[in-house]
Amino acid sequence: MVLTLVEHDDGDVDDVSLQALALARDVADQTGESLDAVAFGPEADAVAEQIGAHGVQTLRVVDDDALADYAPEAYGRAVVQCAEELGTEAVIAPGTDRGAETLSHAAAKLDEPMAAEVTEVAVGEAYELTRQRWGGTLIEHSKLTADTNLLTVAANEVSAAETGGDAAAVEAFAPDVDESDLRVQLTEVEESDIEGVPLGEARVVVSGGRGTDGDFSELEALVERVPNAALGSSRAAVNEGWRPHDDQIGQTGAKIAPEIYIPCGISGAVQHMVGCKGAENILAVNTDPEAAIIQKADYAVIADLHEVAPAIAEELEARGHAE
Amino acid sequence: MEDTPMEILTAIKRVPETGAKVSLTDDKQAIDTTSLGFTFSPHEECAVEEGVQLVEEHGGNVTILTLGAEDATEQLRSAIAMGADNGILLDGGDEEWGPVGTASAIADAVEEGDTNFDLLLFGNESADTANHQIGVRVAEQLDLPCITGIKDLDIADGIATAKRDVPGGSEVYEIDLPAVITVKEGLNEPRYPSMRAKMQARKASVDQQSPAPHEEGLELVELEVPETDDSPAEILGESPEAAEDVVDVLEELEVV
Repeated sequence: MVLTLVEHDDGDVDDVSLQALALARDVADQTGESLDAVAFGPEADAVAEQIGAHGVQTLRVVDDDALADYAPEAYGRAVVQCAEELGTEAVIAPGTDRGAETLSHAAAKLDEPMAAEVTEVAVGEAYELTRQRWGGTLIEHSKLTADTNLLTVAANEVSAAETGGDAAAVEAFAPDVDESDLRVQLTEVEESDIEGVPLGEARVVVSGGRGTDGDFSELEALVERVPNAALGSSRAAVNEGWRPHDDQIGQTGAKIAPEIYIPCGISGAVQHMVGCKGAENILAVNTDPEAAIIQKADYAVIADLHEVAPAIAEELEARGHAE
Repeated sequence: MEDTPMEILTAIKRVPETGAKVSLTDDKQAIDTTSLGFTFSPHEECAVEEGVQLVEEHGGNVTILTLGAEDATEQLRSAIAMGADNGILLDGGDEEWGPVGTASAIADAVEEGDTNFDLLLFGNESADTANHQIGVRVAEQLDLPCITGIKDLDIADGIATAKRDVPGGSEVYEIDLPAVITVKEGLNEPRYPSMRAKMQARKASVDQQSPAPHEEGLELVELEVPETDDSPAEILGESPEAAEDVVDVLEELEVV
């Protein structure tokens, strides 16, 4: 059996978990095993319905008051116990903070290797993996040999696909969690005071780099004129202290997937492109026609962003696009 | 309560500086570094900076540890120049160590050392191999609490209050020390060492140890540089008048 860790928010299964299920289903198909899932918290029926449509046969639900708030070590312990009880061949988790953290605990407790950022698995005598290094600018081919094969699926690299199946069967799973496993537990969630559309959810992302010379006012004005748009920045702009780190797009910052990304005055370093490779279209504004970003963009304007951005805003206004 | 000095261990990893497209060695087992410099990851720079700031606030010592070949001493001294006190090199030779062996070697060194660390700081994942598990594995071996992906940290009265970003806000964790915490870039702004600090770092003590290798279970077959679409962009114009074509594109995509 292939067991997949599924994350959800009050019964709404997160996208990266659905992507993990797609890869897990592929592994299950190759091995001829069934695909099962484990999830924490209430709302089991809603989760079971969604993941049933992604090929899951049985959902093991851990609905325990002591684990109502996320606790990484306890979650890892529970995954280990679930995997051992079911005699599972593989445990697959989404490549989220929680997914990687929980599975790392499980791997350490099982004394097994774990492969992170996996995008493909070919099952032979070993699990032949394709996984990402350097944020995906380098691909690693490797072999995983373990009694229980543990891996996380790189976020937004595998397409989730419904199979149209019925809701998964639901079975309660009650792990034997020790008090010491709860020494790290979520205390509270603070809401962000940042206004506007989050970078990760924006349909349009406009961002600025060193070419802004620290003046983001025209880009801010442009973003205000476009619905569902957000403002980002390059690492260079953050390093200069022009923008907060929360705005940074790149390998060590936000990963975005808008319908169009408009980098302005950004050269296009490899680490920056890692953050925006999920964009469907890139429209670069840069004074340098030789900049790397021009090679990576679909469209480009070779001009000064301080002149182009206000001109775009004016054109939007002239065509009656709402502010 | 009066502040007590802290003993902090920060782990870093020597990695190639790859601002441009990378190429591979002929055997496809590593990045060709003949024309590249070396550094340590941005997440780890923040881990070093946080350790130094905590010691500036509470008193104590920051020890920098790395597993790698002897030339990784260069990165140890760079971190010491940022304000750390001393370094430990776990000399692993030129072989690439996997996450199981790396974590085991680090935890063994901590267990066998004379220092009782209050806090072990790691980057959330290394820039190169991105294994996402070293901190957790070290914590599990040492039976310490651990939280990963932290972008805000406060230590008071032996308790770490740590926050990590989630969509729409941040999660808050309170953890008793000693503990393992892995951090992400954005936690702080790493300082640039002065020339004087760099000179002093050359003289700082570096303890050299030889860790025992460990079975990995995850074996590298080969690396590959993915193909990218480098077809030239459609140039919409070379003046602000291109704004009309830009808005045409936005309208075609139905985002305005």
